[in-house]
Amino acid sequence: MTIQQAKADALAARLGAGAEGQGGSTQQSWLGAAQAAALARVQGMGLPGKRDEYWRYTDPSTLNVPKALSAALFDNRGEPRPFSAVDRLKLVFVDGVFDPAQSDSLALEGIEIERLSQAAANPSHWAAGLYGTLEARGQTPVERPFAALNTAQADEGVLIRVTGKPSRPVSLIYLRKSVDCDAILHHLIKVESGAELTLLENGPAAARLSKVMEVEVADKGRFHHVRTQGRDHDRRAISHIFARIGAGALFKSFTLTANGRLTRTEAFIELLGADSVAHIAGASVGDGDFHHDDTVFVTHAAERCESRQVYKKVLKNGAVGVFQGKILVKQGAQKTDGYQISQSLLLDDDSQFLAKPELEIYADDVKCSHGSTSGAIDDTALYYLRSRGVPLKQAQSLLVLAFLAEAIAEIDDETIAEDIRGRLEAWLHRHEHAGNGQ
Amino acid sequence: MLEIKNLHVKLADEDKVILRGLDLSIGAGEVHAIMGPNGSGKSTLSYVLSGREGYEVTDGSAKLLGEELLEMEPEARAAAGLFLAFQYPVEIPGVGNMTFLRTALNAQRKARGEEEVSAGDFLKLVREKAKTLKIDAEMLKRPVNVGFSGGEKKRNEILQMAMLEPKMCILDETDSGLDVDAMKLVSDGVNALRDAGRSFLVITHYQRLLDHIKPDVVHIMAAGRIVKTGGPELALEVENNGYADLLAEVQA
Repeated sequence: MTIQQAKADALAARLGAGAEGQGGSTQQSWLGAAQAAALARVQGMGLPGKRDEYWRYTDPSTLNVPKALSAALFDNRGEPRPFSAVDRLKLVFVDGVFDPAQSDSLALEGIEIERLSQAAANPSHWAAGLYGTLEARGQTPVERPFAALNTAQADEGVLIRVTGKPSRPVSLIYLRKSVDCDAILHHLIKVESGAELTLLENGPAAARLSKVMEVEVADKGRFHHVRTQGRDHDRRAISHIFARIGAGALFKSFTLTANGRLTRTEAFIELLGADSVAHIAGASVGDGDFHHDDTVFVTHAAERCESRQVYKKVLKNGAVGVFQGKILVKQGAQKTDGYQISQSLLLDDDSQFLAKPELEIYADDVKCSHGSTSGAIDDTALYYLRSRGVPLKQAQSLLVLAFLAEAIAEIDDETIAEDIRGRLEAWLHRHEHAGNGQ
Repeated sequence: MLEIKNLHVKLADEDKVILRGLDLSIGAGEVHAIMGPNGSGKSTLSYVLSGREGYEVTDGSAKLLGEELLEMEPEARAAAGLFLAFQYPVEIPGVGNMTFLRTALNAQRKARGEEEVSAGDFLKLVREKAKTLKIDAEMLKRPVNVGFSGGEKKRNEILQMAMLEPKMCILDETDSGLDVDAMKLVSDGVNALRDAGRSFLVITHYQRLLDHIKPDVVHIMAAGRIVKTGGPELALEVENNGYADLLAEVQA
């Protein structure tokens, strides 16, 4: 059996599973058309295999299997949920399905929010002709079959059009009740010229989550994104951000990942207008059977843009962290300022960090730097703290948080950053001792 | 206050012996100075007392107020009242100076069964102490010692000492890298902490620091031992004649 055949068979089996509702919309609607186009795309690719360069460090097999493997529900023992201290508009999904009863009213000044499945009925909807196209653009130069599969299958998600500066962040909350269900979510966000949105996401969503978020930021638009991926350890998740950024615009995204047997977080960001800024950052902490993969591709296609990729991973007891990050500077993207750092703090000898930093530059007047390191806690700093009376465990936690600080610094809102810091502190406290409790 | 008896220390992963039967006794409220040529073991003594890894004590004892220091974790030694002002204060990117000070202060108080200092009281205290050391708000906000000049780092050490109020302070070449004005500032900071219940051990190469921080007793250390003990005049003798004559005299 050829590799290509195996990939096609994996796709056929996954599509055949049916239970997850595929292309629910009629071919006539714009959503149906987008689903059909995406289906054709993914059929041309098949699902990824271990031999694929882009999947060299992360085994896709549990994402490929027709049905989600079961994942125990996590009991957070009454701890406050992420972003509790933030005044926000809450949209709640349970097992990947929007739950109006638990959600706030969708009305908010300066923003239009609609459910994907409902908007599809409107042929002249702003999302028609945009939905799915950012994902399609993101298929070159590297194929992302799970994203195309998502577009082909998703009929749940939100469409958000930001025309002003809404007074509070929009918060997408992904709860789960079923131990073994798949969730497929596809969001489209359009930040109009001069508009600004903060989007929060949290929760595990499902035993297996496939999520695509397409973000278009028009000239002078500003988009802030902070998410935490939920602590259900057995869950698997593959999520993609596809962003297209106009001139003088800002895009910022931060992701916290704690626990998780398999989490792959992809981002494909294009800077298409001059003088824009894109920062994407992640902090992840894993103990034991943890595999977390950040795969990031930033394209500079306009002059004087700045991009930063800041990824920090804390790994122990055999946890594995992966970083594949690329900065592509196209011809003519002069005065590009590109920065990429990926670092891991290995708390023991069993853990592993695999990094593939890449730069590809076709302009001659650019500033690009990248770095990747793996190391242990600095013994000298540890001794200094202890010599001042800070107990060993507390000193270690302090240094781990210090290691993560550069990534957390990418969150502009101090209340949200403090929430993230508190979560990391609590995680470190729970994981001070051997064993991988959650 | 501090009672060191027959202290023998070697490097943990090498066969290099550094301290060879060191005896030292410092009474409450006293200021002792240790001088000595490079490689005599002065800094090692400060590291061993504060609990740095990499050294092996093969014999002897070091007691702080009757408690054996050498068996304690570094944090327990600090809580018991020991403080080492580092020759090379460590930079800790990502940890704010204020957070560091407050964490240390409260950890020590907790270890001693005392109540933690509230955020408000702490702020008041740190501002007051920082002012006398000419440490501005900006320096307090920055990560610990990151981007600090040599003088700022040393002032920051003294600020920690002032905040933590230890009983036994060891100053390891606190004068190194300081200009005349900074040395005065740091010395004033130390002198302000002199108290009947607090002792100091000042490790230095130069007599000049001892003009500012006047010692009661001066020790000369060589080859891992105290070889001569005297009053402040001993430091002047070193300054004028160097170690060679002095050591020759001891060996004779």
